[in-house]
Amino acid sequence: MPDQDRAHPGNAPASPPAASQQRPRPARDLTRSPWVPVLVVLASLILWELAARLTIPILLPPPADVAEAFWKSAKDGSLFRHIGASYFRILTGWFVGCVIAIPFGILAGRLKWVRAVLDPFIEFFRFIPPIAFVTLFMIWFGLGEVSKVGLIVYTAFFTTFLSTMAGAMGVEIERIRAAQCLGASPRQVFFRVIVPGTVPHIVTGVRLSLGLAFMTVVAAEFIAAESGVGYLIFSARLFAQTDFVFLGILVLGVMGFVANSILKRLLARIAYRYDVNL
Amino acid sequence: MGREGAVAAIQMQRVGKRFEPRHADGLAYEALAGVDLAIGEGEFLCVLGPTGCGKSTVMHLVAGFETPTEGRVLVAGKPVSGPGADRGMVFQNDRALFPWLTVDQNVAFGLEVAHRTPAAVRAAVDSNLELVGLTGHRTKFPRELSGGMKQRVQIARALATDPAILLMDEPFAALDAQTRRRMQEELGRIWAVSRKTVLFITHDIGEAIWLGDRIAVMTHGPAARIKEVIDVDLPRPRQNMTPGFVSLYNTLDASIRAESEAMHNA
Repeated sequence: MPDQDRAHPGNAPASPPAASQQRPRPARDLTRSPWVPVLVVLASLILWELAARLTIPILLPPPADVAEAFWKSAKDGSLFRHIGASYFRILTGWFVGCVIAIPFGILAGRLKWVRAVLDPFIEFFRFIPPIAFVTLFMIWFGLGEVSKVGLIVYTAFFTTFLSTMAGAMGVEIERIRAAQCLGASPRQVFFRVIVPGTVPHIVTGVRLSLGLAFMTVVAAEFIAAESGVGYLIFSARLFAQTDFVFLGILVLGVMGFVANSILKRLLARIAYRYDVNL
Repeated sequence: MGREGAVAAIQMQRVGKRFEPRHADGLAYEALAGVDLAIGEGEFLCVLGPTGCGKSTVMHLVAGFETPTEGRVLVAGKPVSGPGADRGMVFQNDRALFPWLTVDQNVAFGLEVAHRTPAAVRAAVDSNLELVGLTGHRTKFPRELSGGMKQRVQIARALATDPAILLMDEPFAALDAQTRRRMQEELGRIWAVSRKTVLFITHDIGEAIWLGDRIAVMTHGPAARIKEVIDVDLPRPRQNMTPGFVSLYNTLDASIRAESEAMHNA
């Protein structure tokens, strides 16, 4: 059983953890080296520089130009204002959306009539990307934060809700019956079997919706915003500042990477218990 | 065994079970018809039958997962109205364990939903883990255990709340032959200690002889019923391949074979 090799903090020393270390490994596993990502990034920068020399900066600015754009906007603080504005919208909208979606998703997964009522709406709205609602949200909620955060709430809610509902629907009947045979009341079955049984799907939904929140925020900031990374990219386009467009795109990637790493770190505490692969 | 006593631990009286069609053009299925069975207190009764004969339906009716469409199912003299802690259950499938709980947390589940004191929970968990020989694995998660160990967890969990009745639905069917044989011996030992009333579903003739006080043979489905109930008059612990074992094995084998053939000819 390969599972037994996995170390577990509370484990008794019954299964020797040294087993996997003693197994003869190929002399050098290059894919595991910490230098690989560093080298890959360096190589990409060199390729980028070479490619930039073949064309003009307005099409493909060299790395140095983008670095300069970074220094300029970092020095006057505008970059961090944009990052802060986008993060605020993403995290607020994502958090609120998930917090609402989880209880509703579990209830919808377990109550047939709730599902019957919601099903036509779900099947309709699942094919409409949230950014299709950008304009509508502006009309309804104005040009301020409410419309942008609201759109992300919707994005996160929908994704997390669907995943949570699927998880709650799929809780094994044997598990529920086992709890009933052990004397659990319907309430105890719900909180001690259904809810923990849905956790892996909740984790999936929450992680997916964080990624989608980044997409949605950029679209919203393209259309109506005075700040945010999406605004940075869109306004740079107006002045043909391709270096700032590149900066905005790279910043988004880094922001997503950081947010995802923190979320993974937080989820790592429950990942082993719930057998979730992060 | 007290099976002639006033109130049997489990009684099925002319029980029928009909499953309504799942969709408009589906067919209704009559799984059981006229099942009569009485299990005495402290008795180990095996229900043996060909595949698809409705053994599991019998179990589900006693467990309270299903309700009979005819007749009555009584436990300790009262009609079954749903699952309850008076009937501990060991499932064939190890999905019945809670994978997010460690071994000891799984065993503690029934005690905790009953709001026992932490000391009482601990005592019951310790003694039942010891009984099934899992004391050294208590902090592991079910997925870190072998198939046989997972079934031991299920047994310990079912026994922890000290139910009067233990229901076992082909608990060893998914195990390899060696592990199955060892688990059967273990169960015989555990039953000798705990003296629960056991209803044990199996399609394995040897298993039924090794474990049962009596063996109820079912007819083939649909509309299955109890064909005959045979006493296992062999000393415990049961031995392999004694003349008594072999002759009983042949009797049961012929009886079941007749049912399978009747089903295929039907």
